[in-house]
Amino acid sequence: MNQATETYLQVGSAGISAKRFFTFAEPPHELVLESGARLGPVTVAYETWGRLTSARDNAVLVCHAFSGDSHAAGFSPDDQPGAKPGWWDSLIGPGKGLDTNRYFVICANILGSCSGSTGPSSINPATGTPYGPEFPMVTIGDMVETQRALLDHLGIDKLHGVIGGSVGGMQVLEWCVRYPQRVRAAIPVATTMRHSALAIAFNEVARQAIMTDPRWQRGNYYDSEAPHLGLAVARMIGHVTYLSDEALRRKFGRRLQDRDNFSYGLDVDFQVESYLRHQGSKFVRRFDANSLLYITKAADYFDLVDRKEPSRSIRDLAGAATRFLVISYTSDWLYPTYQSKELVKALKRVGLNVSFCEIEADCGHDAFLIPDKRLGELVGGFLGSVHRY
Amino acid sequence: MRFDLRVIASRIEPGSRVLDLGCGGGDLLAWLAENKQVIGSGIEQDKTKAAQCISRGLSVVQGDMNEEVDDYPDKCFDYVILSQTLQQVWEPARLLYSLSRIGRRFIVSFPNFSHYSIRLQLLFRGMAPKSEQLPYNWYDTPNIRVITLKDFRRFARDVGYRIVEEIAIKTDTDAGSGCIIRRFADLRATYGIFIIEKQA
Repeated sequence: MNQATETYLQVGSAGISAKRFFTFAEPPHELVLESGARLGPVTVAYETWGRLTSARDNAVLVCHAFSGDSHAAGFSPDDQPGAKPGWWDSLIGPGKGLDTNRYFVICANILGSCSGSTGPSSINPATGTPYGPEFPMVTIGDMVETQRALLDHLGIDKLHGVIGGSVGGMQVLEWCVRYPQRVRAAIPVATTMRHSALAIAFNEVARQAIMTDPRWQRGNYYDSEAPHLGLAVARMIGHVTYLSDEALRRKFGRRLQDRDNFSYGLDVDFQVESYLRHQGSKFVRRFDANSLLYITKAADYFDLVDRKEPSRSIRDLAGAATRFLVISYTSDWLYPTYQSKELVKALKRVGLNVSFCEIEADCGHDAFLIPDKRLGELVGGFLGSVHRY
Repeated sequence: MRFDLRVIASRIEPGSRVLDLGCGGGDLLAWLAENKQVIGSGIEQDKTKAAQCISRGLSVVQGDMNEEVDDYPDKCFDYVILSQTLQQVWEPARLLYSLSRIGRRFIVSFPNFSHYSIRLQLLFRGMAPKSEQLPYNWYDTPNIRVITLKDFRRFARDVGYRIVEEIAIKTDTDAGSGCIIRRFADLRATYGIFIIEKQA
């Protein structure tokens, strides 16, 4: 590995950052959601890296994918030795794609999640108990509104850039459509303008796995045992869609787990079965089943093409000055390259400045989370040139 | 930068909007951005080259130029550049029509097949000619068309394009040096560069 590569991938170089909280929309000034429902107060958990310039013009917002959180890079103050760094650590830090010597990087946990921002597991101040099924349905647009409120609070009027993968990429696009004048550069990665039937189908199977778990109890499980079995199965389904045929073959093939012959029973025979069960049980320790239901539904509702007035669609971006870098991965079958190309086509048609690159990778949708210097080079070069335009 | 690209660059007004088809590693776009404050975009099929362009801060779409040109609005560029690629294009008339739709002007360059060395090879050897500009055997060449300066003039006239300027040059494929040919260009030029407008 040469010197340049090491800088790109140096683990934890973003340093230590603490999770912070911003609360707004206190009643009677609740946040009015896209559905018309009102929600308040709303808390947003967030972390930042780098320094905001006095002109407040170097902020880059990072939007996380559906099960992610605000801990995008470096370490937390209370991390144990050997802890893993944030989920996009390979991209955020000095000299990396999101260079913290140049940019003030912000990542906020999304509305509806369970990692510090308000979601179904938060306490409803009206009742003193968790919202559960009383939590209103939220959209990608509602998530963006909470991020906007946070930026207003931080005094950031204009973002140098906004970047995110998967459901995070949807937030990037929603940002551009809602607030084109506040975004100089946008980087939607491994994402889509709208969910395909295939993506909705997988999400529905995941939701059904949770809702058919008797412990789900229509979402009212916070004072009893959580529907961990259903949530684990939901994660197993999700995990398969994040990988690829090639990645699974390379990692597991048909190798057997701790045995030489088939069991001719329903126990774990194959390594891939064991791996999925492990992923499922690991996930239930950190994620809330109701959050999965709400966030997958928000992703399914997302559609930047067919929208009813007064919601703005991708066509309303005509005349915007935002520059785009669209990135897809060759083996992503959840949001395949053709969906990124549709986005590129739509952006070109309204006359926007757009760059597009498909990255060769055989590890499926998850490729955008796997440390790889190519993503950092694209992002760094693109963001660095934005001032020229 | 290659001599032919320098000639093309010299004809572009500062601050223009430029689309470079098959922009490769982006040398022309980078030069134009740096020296003429051009707002440039490129299209490049090769993933690695497209990524290289984006990493150096250029605006480039990775894709097939024949398809990508269809998505741009009318007249959204001042110049569209198709450099040394026409001889490899499957449907040149259709592509050139697209270029005339999206650009106020377009610039095409191609190796001149009526160069005297090519004429002599065919005359004396009776075999499909090869040259530094067209170095392939007939059976493995990406160049599916042979074009002469005269062919292109006639084509432009027939489809109603106005040739604003024709520049005949002599240079090697990758050479930084070269010269503009003014006399007996049809015989002596290795490349032709045409700047074209659609007639109103």
